[in-house]
Amino acid sequence: MTGGHTPRLAFGSGNGRYVEHIIQVENLYKRFGKVTAVDGVSFSVAKGEFFGLLGPNGAGKTSTIRMLYGFSPPSAGVIRVFGINIEDGWREVKARIGVCHQENTLDPDLSVVQNLHIFAGYFSVPPDEARNRAEELLEFFALSHKKHAKVAELSGGMARRLILARALINRPDLLVLDEPTTGLDPQSRHQLWDKLDALKRSGITVVITTHYMEEAAQLCDRLVIVDHGKILVEGSPESLIAEHAGRHVIEVEGPDESLRKFVVDRNIAHEDLEHRLILYTSEDASINDTIREKFCMDKCTFRNGTLEDVFLRLTGRELRE
Amino acid sequence: MIRLDTISWRFFKVWKRNLVTYQKIWKVSFITPLLEPMLFILAFGLGFSGIIDAVSYAGADFSYTQFMAPALIAVAVMYNAFFETTYASFVRMYYQKTFDGMLATPLSLEEIIIAEIVWSATKATAAAAIMMTVLGVLGFVDFPAGLLILPTALLGGLAFGAVGLFFTGVTPSIEMFNLPIFLFITPMFLFSGTFFPVSNLPAWARPLALAFPLHHLVEMVRGFGLGAHETSSLLSLAYLVVFSVVFTLAALAAMRRRLIK
Repeated sequence: MTGGHTPRLAFGSGNGRYVEHIIQVENLYKRFGKVTAVDGVSFSVAKGEFFGLLGPNGAGKTSTIRMLYGFSPPSAGVIRVFGINIEDGWREVKARIGVCHQENTLDPDLSVVQNLHIFAGYFSVPPDEARNRAEELLEFFALSHKKHAKVAELSGGMARRLILARALINRPDLLVLDEPTTGLDPQSRHQLWDKLDALKRSGITVVITTHYMEEAAQLCDRLVIVDHGKILVEGSPESLIAEHAGRHVIEVEGPDESLRKFVVDRNIAHEDLEHRLILYTSEDASINDTIREKFCMDKCTFRNGTLEDVFLRLTGRELRE
Repeated sequence: MIRLDTISWRFFKVWKRNLVTYQKIWKVSFITPLLEPMLFILAFGLGFSGIIDAVSYAGADFSYTQFMAPALIAVAVMYNAFFETTYASFVRMYYQKTFDGMLATPLSLEEIIIAEIVWSATKATAAAAIMMTVLGVLGFVDFPAGLLILPTALLGGLAFGAVGLFFTGVTPSIEMFNLPIFLFITPMFLFSGTFFPVSNLPAWARPLALAFPLHHLVEMVRGFGLGAHETSSLLSLAYLVVFSVVFTLAALAAMRRRLIK
């Protein structure tokens, strides 16, 4: 990884231990004129992994993902998917990937089931087989009753499910999800998570970008947080929380100077938002007790550290864009 | 950059997608080519009768409707192909993100482009076939030579489909299509030997008409449908082939520049 991390799994096949890599990205760059969207990113994804790519808007997530599925050519670096260099074997790679775009790319000129049939044709799935798969997928995503509906008649949640169904029509070995639940209501989001969970158990490899930390924490086996085109950290959600937020977090509303002094004296990791102090106290019970007894005059929240804490600590709180 | 190594028979699948969507609206799409020629023949036949006795063309005299009828087919080919790859393709590309969806499959951008152009030519040929039949029944097309109008329409469709898609590749917004329509399509519609013979134009204007692809399409269709033409069919054929190839390459380059980032 960047920033001095050594790759957990070495690239190439030199090192005896065999882990099947679905994705290997080495030193990837993407420049748009003078802007460097992806600035030397390396990572790999093992077979069956649910891998998250997190970062604020403009961090380079979508640029990275677009290069992964062969939509956009890298400015520099190498991408291997299924062991195939995507520059040479793009067609073979794309045939084995399912992509769920951020935007709705469903074909509004076609009905729900036609969207699946026609898309299957792009992958050269024989028509009979395509019909069977379409039935199966509509059933799985609870869309059978909308089979002949127009795409425009679908709700946001249904459209998302259809995009996902369409991404699976070629029985992909790798599924790429670019913000799959953005804009969905909680019910639709949870339903989609259930489906993604079921897919995960089927052994498919998934790369996902999302703004919902809860989603990433729940679904991802491993994730990277990127900002300004570089990978900041990499690890499982639990390990990242333990390392960068600690298990215990205290939020103190309206902190006074004595607390600020205490925090600095005791060298407690914290963020000072003026009207609110966020303390990352990990498991030091004595500190927690002291704060509870001495400094919680107004309002204190004791809670567990979350991926959102990690994300905000690493990428900052200022608005993007 | 123009890439040709990424083109395979797969473009046919995108062509098929357009056919499937066309089948949903084919009844509406067929009305125009069915009624339009009758309307024109009626209007010009009635309106010009007594004003224009005969049109002197390629050394013979024809009634005005006889002269004009084949041009109607050529004009329909131009409009069908050009509007398909401008407005319709732009909507698919920009608003519906249809191409983005396709590019996440084993299709290449070049295959999508070729499919759009071939599709527009197909649609134009379908319109030409209907108009040819209607005009044939009305006695304005000579058969069997008139059947050669169909491959001619396909070639003309490729030419106007390609140039249309080139404009789609470079236009900043859908409203800007007004520009090529006003500067390119409309003058062509008027000055290509459609409503009067090019030989009627002053000598200095004639070469301009000869530069228009529509002129060559009109001449070829008239040659097959009426049995008379002023411009050599071989020259027209060569012109349309070259025009199609050049603008297909230009469309490929423009669309790659626009979409692959």
